[in-house]
Amino acid sequence: MLTRLANPARFMRISGVVLPPLGVATIMVLTVGLYLALFIAPPDYQQGESVRIMFVHVPAAWLALFAYLVVAAASALALVWKHPLAEIAAQAAAPLGAAFTFVCLVTGSLWGKPMWGTWWAWDARMTSVLVLFFLYLGYIALTNAFDDMARGRRAASVLALVGVVNLPIIKFSVDWWNTLHQADSVFRVGGPTIDPSMLWPLLTMGLGYLLLFKTLLLIRMRAALNEAKARALRLAAPARRPAKPLPDATPVLPPVLR
Amino acid sequence: MTPYFQLFRRELLLAFRQSGEIGLALGFFLLAVVLFPLGVGPEAEVLRRIGAGIVWVAALLAAVLSLDRLFAVDHADGALDLLALSAMPLEGAVIVKCAAHWATTGLPLAIISPFLGLLLDLDAASVAVLAVGLLLGTPALSFLGAIAAALTLGARRPGVLSSLIVLPLYLPVLIFGAGAVEVGIAGGGARPHLLLLGAMSLGALPLAPLATAVALRQALD
Repeated sequence: MLTRLANPARFMRISGVVLPPLGVATIMVLTVGLYLALFIAPPDYQQGESVRIMFVHVPAAWLALFAYLVVAAASALALVWKHPLAEIAAQAAAPLGAAFTFVCLVTGSLWGKPMWGTWWAWDARMTSVLVLFFLYLGYIALTNAFDDMARGRRAASVLALVGVVNLPIIKFSVDWWNTLHQADSVFRVGGPTIDPSMLWPLLTMGLGYLLLFKTLLLIRMRAALNEAKARALRLAAPARRPAKPLPDATPVLPPVLR
Repeated sequence: MTPYFQLFRRELLLAFRQSGEIGLALGFFLLAVVLFPLGVGPEAEVLRRIGAGIVWVAALLAAVLSLDRLFAVDHADGALDLLALSAMPLEGAVIVKCAAHWATTGLPLAIISPFLGLLLDLDAASVAVLAVGLLLGTPALSFLGAIAAALTLGARRPGVLSSLIVLPLYLPVLIFGAGAVEVGIAGGGARPHLLLLGAMSLGALPLAPLATAVALRQALD
């Protein structure tokens, strides 16, 4: 599968077929999920209506981690097997992950003000997610820091793998340090502790976010490939402009000097 | 072993003979620490509370500032190519260069840190924990910093970029380094924090040079 997709032309063909239905599915699942989350799910007995922020916040956090996993896995593929599309995938996924991380931080902050009475606390999970955001920024900055784009992508692959150490810290921070942020209530040993009436909207939103990530990733990868192709064509194309006669270079000297 | 010792000796000689290399980092460290009492006010209780954090933050910044010395000069004059071509594995050369970097930045900082602790009104026990923490933690700063220094070789504005890359990686060292002193002040034992600091340095010792060597090979391609 991975080897088959390694051919950029074949990837463009297959992704062109897959993309439209994927986009439609994304819109449908997100619409259903938002409807369930904002209108059907019951208000929390303690948090009231502000629990609905959770339906935007938690999937964003999942995707923030998942996107980094994608970046790191693609970087490993690129470094070890020199897969030609893997670097492009990693580079395309990083800004998406940064955006999900940003959404996660902002919605968490909006929820924290009425619930915890503070916009921000230096608690273990929040701090480690903030670090994840900086890792994304460093990755993006490093990819764009070189005149030779291939070198930037290769350097960033190494950085992505080094940053993987942060992922388990984020995942288990709420278990290791008992600070402000509550522990997992969905993916835990012994099954979810969240009520089914909230679990299903949440899982639908999670699926919607995942589809959104995949759609945007494909669009960005196709755009990057098209851009590379356009650049190659521009460099290879002979100067098509008709050779204009150069302006006469001989200076017009005053008659005295002739 | 001889080529490693020779490389180590060369690095130290270069650091000492290009006078000011070591002094520059130390001077920056001192000045950064002195800025804080002037900024937050000279009350002894406040300084005692945040003193360890100040020293650690200043140590982190001093380490970041000295990173470009690790590979940039050797890259520019071609010595790095010779190192990569030599029979010595590049990972080994990286370890030696990091060790020399630590000996000329982290070690001096740890040595003068008790003096700074006194300036910030830390008591004797806290000063000892601070100095031991710096001794144990600063090798990790050199090893992790080497990754960023190697990745940014040949980049536009490598200095700013490497600090953006490396500071997130430095955070655990900062947290446990400053935490060790705080726990000590609060009456707990600083030992777990110090052990974790040592563990980070020992973990970075074999792992970081691998990433650094990969990055260097990319830069030399």
